[in-house]
Amino acid sequence: MNQKRWLTLLGLVVMVSIMLVAGCGSEVATDEAPDAEADNGGIEEDVAAETSSIMIAGSDSEVNLVTRLAEEYMNANPNVSIAVTGGGSGVGISSLIDGDVDIANSSRPMKDEEIDALKANQGEDVYAVRFAVDGVAVVINENNPVSELTVDQIGAIYRGEITNWSAVGGEDLEITLYGRQSTSGTYVFFMEKVVQADYSPEMRNLAGTSDIVEAVTGDVGGIGYAAIGYATKDGIKAINVKADDNASAYDPTVLENVTSGNYALTRPLYQYVSGKPSSAILEFFLFEVSEEGQNIVLDEGFYPITAADLDFNKDALE
Amino acid sequence: MHSRTELIMKILFWASGIAIILFLVGILFTLLSNSIPALGEIGIGSFFTSGLWRPGAYGEPTYSINNFILGTFMVTVGALAFAVPMGVAAAAYLAEIASPWEREFFKPIVEVLAGIPSVVLGFIGLVVLAPLIARFFNIPSGINALNGAILVGIMALPTIITLAEDAITAVPKEYRHASLALGGTQWQTIWKVTVPAAFSGITAAAMLGMGRAIGETMTVLMVTGNMIARPESFLDSVRTLSANIAIEIGDVAFGSVHFHALFVVGLVLFIITFIVNLLADILIHRKPEVNK
Repeated sequence: MNQKRWLTLLGLVVMVSIMLVAGCGSEVATDEAPDAEADNGGIEEDVAAETSSIMIAGSDSEVNLVTRLAEEYMNANPNVSIAVTGGGSGVGISSLIDGDVDIANSSRPMKDEEIDALKANQGEDVYAVRFAVDGVAVVINENNPVSELTVDQIGAIYRGEITNWSAVGGEDLEITLYGRQSTSGTYVFFMEKVVQADYSPEMRNLAGTSDIVEAVTGDVGGIGYAAIGYATKDGIKAINVKADDNASAYDPTVLENVTSGNYALTRPLYQYVSGKPSSAILEFFLFEVSEEGQNIVLDEGFYPITAADLDFNKDALE
Repeated sequence: MHSRTELIMKILFWASGIAIILFLVGILFTLLSNSIPALGEIGIGSFFTSGLWRPGAYGEPTYSINNFILGTFMVTVGALAFAVPMGVAAAAYLAEIASPWEREFFKPIVEVLAGIPSVVLGFIGLVVLAPLIARFFNIPSGINALNGAILVGIMALPTIITLAEDAITAVPKEYRHASLALGGTQWQTIWKVTVPAAFSGITAAAMLGMGRAIGETMTVLMVTGNMIARPESFLDSVRTLSANIAIEIGDVAFGSVHFHALFVVGLVLFIITFIVNLLADILIHRKPEVNK
């Protein structure tokens, strides 16, 4: 009887410790993952001096594009190994500040305090490259007669200040707002660039871009936003956007309007490095902004960089 | 030798039982310990004030979950409002009226219904049910609480049918015989005798169906629109507690106030489902109203 009691107690202790170890174990694993990979990179460099490895992390909007660019680059340059992970722009920038990655993907410019933190941690200045342009189309039902809006009007609609299409030259029809969820980079971009305040609480938060397209297709009074590539789907149309009252309206589905910078709802996609890029990283950047790289950018549904972006890149690439 | 095997088996079985308790305690502990930083920072009252849930606000973040509790309540009650009558009727038919081959035919169908992945139902809700609702009520969009309630009701049906049928079948034969012998029709027997006698089991079935409905995430996330404002009616978009966690846990910074606030939402959800399941359990184990 006594023995039995001991065994049960032992069983209990073992189980509790397994649970605790499992709990701690997983935490440690996630914390150390970037370091471990960085170490591997170091080892590889030691073994074969000619092989260089580049760690890239950051924006989820950029992760597919950069992965594709990296694959194409590695095919042509077998001695370079590039690892790309997502996590969000903020994650990429903080990893760069901590020195865990070589390049941070970011769909927003770095903040001043982040630049200062990088300087303090790494003792290096930050250098940035714009390698692609991302555009957002505002879409409405194809049966809605409205065809153009100013950025201000779109903002007022999404803030909930304009609730009827008649206020912007349309029919007497209530506006239904469709938007993405806060996990989406587009949600944040649209909030900062267009809404410039909180979204109206009446906005429906849908899980993906195709959900928005589906909803606007079935709702004459609906308005939504989506990557430009989606705006050509049947049942919806893209609004021609005017930067302000005096500007002319530009159709985002026309490539030149986006590449010329005339269409207002675009954002450059950034890559950040600490210290002036050299050797493998510089080579990779030059590949990205080359004609070959920009064709991949187009192929992946983004837009090539403009003359202004090339100017911006001079600092880092020359 | 024999007694040692006996002992080992006994310990193994006992340990399995204890493991369940430990899991529950572990989950509760995780929820509580992760909730505390948010409760300290924001204050428990701020979660229940009339306002909005806006952790990523342009200005000052706010964390009121009142609208989500209301949304969860609307979807759940709406689901049960049609799933319980329908489920009990189907169960009464299966238990009392159906011929053996009908029973053999329908029971597997009910089980298949239970096995449909919630994301599939959500997709159907988005593509099929939403336009139907919009046309029927003549409203711009069918992405609303009603859509979610209908789909969640469909998901809760198998639970309700199976448990209610068990409860009705368990009613002693003598009851029916007595009723029929007194000249009652089959309808009167079911409606006045069998179903009332199985009442506690049927209520438990409804409660367990409700537990299923409250926690349902994927379908609701896809079809209710997840608006953060206070819903005015069933034709309005709503966001439920579970959908809110699913939406935001993906992009929340680990260890931030927002992260811990989501655990508070989880804790509230846990407490609600715990109470519902506890009530169901009490009802299941209650003695039948009428004794032999």
